[in-house]
Amino acid sequence: MLSKRIVFLSLALSLALVVAGCKKKAPPAPPPAPPPPAPTQPAPTPGAPVVAQFSAEPSNIQRGESSTLRWQVSGDVTSVSINNGIGTVQSTGSRTVSPSNSTTYTLNATGPGGSVTGVTTVTVTSPPPPPPPPPPTQPSQTLEQRVSSDLQDAYFDYDKSDIRGDARDALTRDAAALKSILADFPNASIVLEGHCDERGSAEYNLGLGDRRASAAKDFLVQLGVPGDRIRTISYGKERPVCTDSTEECWQKNRRAHFSPGQ
Amino acid sequence: MNRVIWLAAAAAAASVLVSAQIIGLGTIVNGEKPTIAIPDFRGTGDAQALMGAFNSTLQGDIAGSGLLKVSPRTQYPTFVPQQPGDFVQPPPVNETPRSHNRDEMVKVANGGGHWLSDWSTPPVNANYLAFGYTATVQGTLELRGWLYDLSKGTPATAQVIGKVYAGTADENGARQVAHQFAADILALWGAQSLFGTHIYFVSDRTGHKEIWVMDPDGRNQRQITNFRSTSLEPAVSPDGSKIAFMSYARVTPGIFVFSVDPPRDLHFYNQRASVNETPSFTPDGKQIIYASSAPRDSCCRIYMANLDGSGFRPITSSRDIDVEPKVNPKTGSTVLFSSSRSGQEQVYMMNIDGTDIQRLTSGEGEASNPSWNPDGQHIAFSWTRGFAAGNWNVFIMDVAQRSPTQLTHSEGRNEDPVWAPDGTHLVFSSTRSGGPGRYQIYTMLANGTQVQQLTTQGHNESPVWGK
Repeated sequence: MLSKRIVFLSLALSLALVVAGCKKKAPPAPPPAPPPPAPTQPAPTPGAPVVAQFSAEPSNIQRGESSTLRWQVSGDVTSVSINNGIGTVQSTGSRTVSPSNSTTYTLNATGPGGSVTGVTTVTVTSPPPPPPPPPPTQPSQTLEQRVSSDLQDAYFDYDKSDIRGDARDALTRDAAALKSILADFPNASIVLEGHCDERGSAEYNLGLGDRRASAAKDFLVQLGVPGDRIRTISYGKERPVCTDSTEECWQKNRRAHFSPGQ
Repeated sequence: MNRVIWLAAAAAAASVLVSAQIIGLGTIVNGEKPTIAIPDFRGTGDAQALMGAFNSTLQGDIAGSGLLKVSPRTQYPTFVPQQPGDFVQPPPVNETPRSHNRDEMVKVANGGGHWLSDWSTPPVNANYLAFGYTATVQGTLELRGWLYDLSKGTPATAQVIGKVYAGTADENGARQVAHQFAADILALWGAQSLFGTHIYFVSDRTGHKEIWVMDPDGRNQRQITNFRSTSLEPAVSPDGSKIAFMSYARVTPGIFVFSVDPPRDLHFYNQRASVNETPSFTPDGKQIIYASSAPRDSCCRIYMANLDGSGFRPITSSRDIDVEPKVNPKTGSTVLFSSSRSGQEQVYMMNIDGTDIQRLTSGEGEASNPSWNPDGQHIAFSWTRGFAAGNWNVFIMDVAQRSPTQLTHSEGRNEDPVWAPDGTHLVFSSTRSGGPGRYQIYTMLANGTQVQQLTTQGHNESPVWGK
């Protein structure tokens, strides 16, 4: 790539860029400084204890499992101890540990000739999560989905809140659907909204929408829908579904509409 | 402020002006109006930069009052007096040069603006002249303003107003002193100044319909509620300290009463009902009259309650929709409201105990949004009479005569007319500039002239004009 670019740049006869391109081909960086010389291992002090073994078996466990520490200290030893709550131990021995998190154990052996230490680590991993519960056998649809798919709007004549023929049919179907929905969602309530077209005054339409919602509710209650689970609200002409000034649009807005309650 | 000067001048003028007093609504609608000349005032030094705001405010207030006709300034003499000393007496008539020379005969003798008669004779033809100047004095903008009655003939006797006004040395201060000077002039014709009054309204400019407030010239628009819900139908208390409105803020449409400075919820108790709406204050400011769907969730009867919502009681027992009750501000004993009790919505009046219900509109079309003039005799309302349903126009009516006067003529939809505290202006909402569904707020005189648009941001509706 780089050489191609250089060729391209050269073709472009841009001296400055060629120079820049060449710069990218700078000699390799000098090698890093060599490591410092290994520290000379001090000769073991005569008479000092020697940790012949300090291990954990197994060194990897899952939380809740245990591991066995084994150790053997030779030489002239006066005391041996292991941290992390184990304390003083014999110079040779084993201990079962069950740490809840990864733990590094340090063995400290002391003799007249001095002290030495040994280190071993038990790595703890979390167990895999439990399997999720089986999916609920409960409703395959949410309340919102049921309300929007199963319940139809009921429409009204201009400046009227009477339930006309097509609204009777719609509300009769709604009554059956509502009973089913309310049975499937025993804690839910349903809001029955009354809406108006844009022509009346806003103040009057709030009243008209209230009467439409109320008339639709009364009709549903007569068909056995529990009235205490239907709450009416009027939006007057505040929430039109359609904003054209045509009869087709006005009719769409003169409606009782269902929405899920809290 | 310099009340002594002012009172002395007013006393001198009182005899002339007494016949013009209390002309009110009649003069606005029909009357002959005196003509006033208002040349541009100038400012000394730094003050000149503020004079654009000053002159437009002074002209706007005087012209907008409908009480005086402002003579066109293109007709004014070249010299504009700035203080009484600028006037000179014309030479005695017998010294006026008379010549038989035809060239000189066409010259009309005048003082180029230095003579009172330069302003009272053609082409200016004014009855009154307002003049003066401003200067900044120790960080304060001072206006020296005079009003001369030109019929008096001599500068020594013409002064009606001569007064010093002070404001902050910025454009707000310039507008303030202009409003005050205009108010003093208009007070001579019985006008109550609208300076300092407030218009509350509904605006959706934040994305939600909230209650807002502004000055009567559309300045200082400020948000009062912040419910992020839908708040509608503001009303203002007689003393201007509280508003009532309807809101969906607590889901069910209900009434709120707020103090306005600063805005604070005074916790109106809403009786249980699917809707409580269209609140307004009684003239004593102690009760709220409103519409409620109680007791059977079927909107609406007229109710009254105390300011905190307690003591609610029905006034009407309609099986139909009764909304928008407004108590007569003068008598406190009658109530305007709108109702569908005889079919489509019409405007009605009843006694405050619910008796003697009379329909005020003819039954044609739909009539809504009734509002009382402060005089307790005239009302304004919106009506579709003569137009298709939904095509509202603003009407006014003398409730004793029952003869409606149409003020708007089908320029968009014109709704929610509410009288100004001066009883001669109206504020209303209209789609005339925004198109269908896009309401803005306007003011006009009660003869349909001097229409001013006050709002432009978002959609704005349901104005109400209070102190």
